[in-house]
Amino acid sequence: MQKIGVFVCWCGSNIAATVDVARVAESVKSIPGVAFAADYRYMCSEGGQELMQKAIKDYGLSRVVVCSCSPRMHEATFRKAAQAAGLNPYLVEIANIREHCSWVHKDKEVATAKAIALAKAAIAKVKLNTPLVSGESAVVKRALVIGGGIAGLQTALDIAEAGYKVDIVEKTPSIGGKMSQLDKTFPTLDCSACILTPKMVEAATHENITIYTYSEIEKVSGYVGQFEAVIRKKARSVSVDRCSGCGICSEKCPSKKAKSEFDQGLRNRSAIYIPFAQAIPNVPVIDRENCLKFQTGKCGICAKVCPAGAIEYEQEDELVTQKYGAIVLATGFEPIDMAKFGEFNYEYCPDVITSLEFERLTNAAGPTQGHLVRLSDGKKPKSIVFVSCVGSRDTTERGKTYCSKICCMYNAKHAMLVKEKYPDIDVQVFYIDVRTPGKSFDEFYRRAVEEYGVQYTKGMVGKITEEGDHLLVHASDVASGAQLSVPADMVVLATAIKPAADARKLATMLTASIDTNDFFTEAHPKLRPVESPTAGIFLSGVCQGPKDIPETVAQAGAAAVKVLGLLSKDKLLTNPCVATCNEQTCSGCLACEKVCPYGAISAEYKLVNVKGLKERRLIAQVNEALCQGCGACTVACPSGAMDLKGFSNKQIMAEVDAIC
Amino acid sequence: MLAAQSTPDKEFEQLIVAFCCNWCSYAGADLAGTARRSYPANIKIIRVPCSCRVNPTFILRAFLRGADGVIIAGCHPGDCHYTSGNYFARRRMTLLMSMLSFLGVDKARLRVEWVSAAEGNKFAEVMTSFAETIKALGENVKLRDLRCKK
Repeated sequence: MQKIGVFVCWCGSNIAATVDVARVAESVKSIPGVAFAADYRYMCSEGGQELMQKAIKDYGLSRVVVCSCSPRMHEATFRKAAQAAGLNPYLVEIANIREHCSWVHKDKEVATAKAIALAKAAIAKVKLNTPLVSGESAVVKRALVIGGGIAGLQTALDIAEAGYKVDIVEKTPSIGGKMSQLDKTFPTLDCSACILTPKMVEAATHENITIYTYSEIEKVSGYVGQFEAVIRKKARSVSVDRCSGCGICSEKCPSKKAKSEFDQGLRNRSAIYIPFAQAIPNVPVIDRENCLKFQTGKCGICAKVCPAGAIEYEQEDELVTQKYGAIVLATGFEPIDMAKFGEFNYEYCPDVITSLEFERLTNAAGPTQGHLVRLSDGKKPKSIVFVSCVGSRDTTERGKTYCSKICCMYNAKHAMLVKEKYPDIDVQVFYIDVRTPGKSFDEFYRRAVEEYGVQYTKGMVGKITEEGDHLLVHASDVASGAQLSVPADMVVLATAIKPAADARKLATMLTASIDTNDFFTEAHPKLRPVESPTAGIFLSGVCQGPKDIPETVAQAGAAAVKVLGLLSKDKLLTNPCVATCNEQTCSGCLACEKVCPYGAISAEYKLVNVKGLKERRLIAQVNEALCQGCGACTVACPSGAMDLKGFSNKQIMAEVDAIC
Repeated sequence: MLAAQSTPDKEFEQLIVAFCCNWCSYAGADLAGTARRSYPANIKIIRVPCSCRVNPTFILRAFLRGADGVIIAGCHPGDCHYTSGNYFARRRMTLLMSMLSFLGVDKARLRVEWVSAAEGNKFAEVMTSFAETIKALGENVKLRDLRCKK
């Protein structure tokens, strides 16, 4: 007979206020096998754990049930406590009477009855638990960082500095990301490139960092400590080794109709191009869709002019396979598409621009060499209107419900930069709220208003129309209740940001969770903010949620620390809840093998003892190192030979019986 | 046999079993709890590693034992922690639903839903709506093993 101990947690008033914990403990005492039952204020506290350990010793408990919060919260705590008292950690089960009971039901009678039912189910299951022992798997001492913006660079640098190898995979031709496109950064007005490029150079020259630019992740397999990634190095058509970066090819290239991605399409670039002056690597790439050689076969000027003979038209995509212990997602963001926001006239009116376009327009290396001019006629604007929350905090289907977080601050920055350079330009900002929490942020915003005289008007912009050679901004003024029509020479839209377009594809590839907005989900919103729920996958930067640069850098460092914690281990304990095959009943049909997503099942001829006779039979074999414990095979098995440790057929059936 | 059936005017005590995958829907249920999103208490959750771990026999067993409805909740298609488990679950449950119809049981008593770890609100909404469906369908009499306790 099992000796089961049941411990009912009050969780202060979190459980005890809606569940009669004493009654739960009392009512399970009569269940056969229950040798001890008690309630306690905080089971996860030292006192609670001691209570459990003492009971295990005093009553010789062979199984433990804790009725408490979600097993996702404290299962590990209670398993460890039981183990310290000499019990196998997998002989502990949790009844979730907080998240699934006390927090969602208000009636005490109803909640208590449900808590008792959940406790009974856990008791029924724990009776059938078996001691399980974790295996070990090795850790590959190399990390993969996906994304070469400031987040990815910082994470890679921190890992590399600690002495581990890191590979950065960046899809565009250069590292640097969105930060390289910015002109100045708030709240210090540092030049963005001046603080970013040293980091780019440091990463590029670091002995522990390998950078794959113009590359994408093709495939990822494996698990924590043992990932295997296939990287597609897209054909650059230029030899990175031979190219000196002189730029003659771009200069002589006759095809100059492509829009520069780096300059947000405000300038044209040649088909063979280096995205920007400080690009790393400083090696051009041929955009084959716009290249005359590739499209018509007649050209080849770049190959003729290249003094190094670096042009390689015949280059093909190359696949690189590499093993990694940890993967960091740093895929960043992009502004939302403005096509659905017709009222702002963005698509038809060249003087209505987005904030990222404004960054390029004020940048000395930008399409206008930093001269602020209207794109329609090249004249200097006399008045500029900034519109905040374009698509942010928007509950309609076309927008994003969240706050993009960075816009209030860059609006103040842009307004201030305009006033600094051209004090005669009138600057007005329309806003819903001004949100400036952050070190020196509110002071920065107030400086824009008080020192530079930027006019802030609370109210939403409903429409932008063209009126002769200027624009009319139709907006409400919440303070006066008036409807305004403000003439402006230029309008800048603070567009919402969204995760990079390939985030969802990567999430599927890595089985990393993603939320409804395509931001990667963290393992715990407060306590594990840089880890994905999938072991070995970490999150850095805006791919997890909107962030400014200081926050991104801080999170990038935190992700690096988590990676280092993993890479510094030689062995990891594996999940012992894996599939197991009963050789006596396995018929060797291998239906299990077909459904296994990990290729963990193979067939083998084995000598099996059947009713006292040795028989050579085909048997399904589970590779425990590969099996991740999903249980797909258990259902596919027609003879019921395949089972899952920790979630066995009997255990789940016992839970069903206990509940129904 | 008549004694096992409830009287029509008395509101019956529904019993609903929810199989939730550990990575998405169980976490979604946790989030519903954290956000205090309420749903009927007659829904009892059983945690499974993946929706593909749910053997149709578990569901039939629940119906035999007197459950009025069974719901399987897993990760959204394409988001399965184990890559493809929820696709298996979807196919198996489609087959099981046809079988239930064949047996003369309304297949609406079995539902498959996708709830992610970030969808606490959706979890509560789905559970509430399923409970309403079951309430409208009434007690499960057809599949219940009348020798069972209730």
